[in-house]
Amino acid sequence: MFLGRVLGNLVATQKEPKYEGKTLLLVQPVSPEGNDDGEVVVAVDSVGAGAGETVLVVVEGRSTSIAMDQKLAPANAAIVGIVDDIDWES
Amino acid sequence: MDLARVIGSVVCTQKNVALHGRKLLLVQPVTVEGQDTGRPLVAIDAVGAGAGERVFYVTGREASFAFIPDHVPTDASIVGIVDRVDLL
Repeated sequence: MFLGRVLGNLVATQKEPKYEGKTLLLVQPVSPEGNDDGEVVVAVDSVGAGAGETVLVVVEGRSTSIAMDQKLAPANAAIVGIVDDIDWES
Repeated sequence: MDLARVIGSVVCTQKNVALHGRKLLLVQPVTVEGQDTGRPLVAIDAVGAGAGERVFYVTGREASFAFIPDHVPTDASIVGIVDRVDLL
């Protein structure tokens, strides 16, 4: 899983049927400190995240299918949590 | 999933039987701002995308899930055509 910041949403009328009814968000991966880190990805939202929020994103494997409530979903990334806080061990 | 722009199509007369009838498109990955990033790749179209359109594609094992119940040997599939993105 990685941390990301939601940049906004993506609208696609024509999409693979398994995406029907799902919200697609653009997520900028960030470091734990909140700095941009890597390429923006398109992720399926499963928690009701919104623009500007820091989120937890799962990539690849079975996890994205589980997040989409599908047996085998053609997706690489899904948002599975909205980050409230990071507690640092100092 | 990643964003890309369709820049062409690939024609293969001789191909794996499981690829018969599938459209092979050449896509150029792009940033949210629309700049090219990285090398073009070939992806199988699952949504009826065409040249010049902005799309998003799925890679790896999950790419073949777009064609279930068919088994299609692909590691990149176009699964959506982008109408627009609304940024914060």
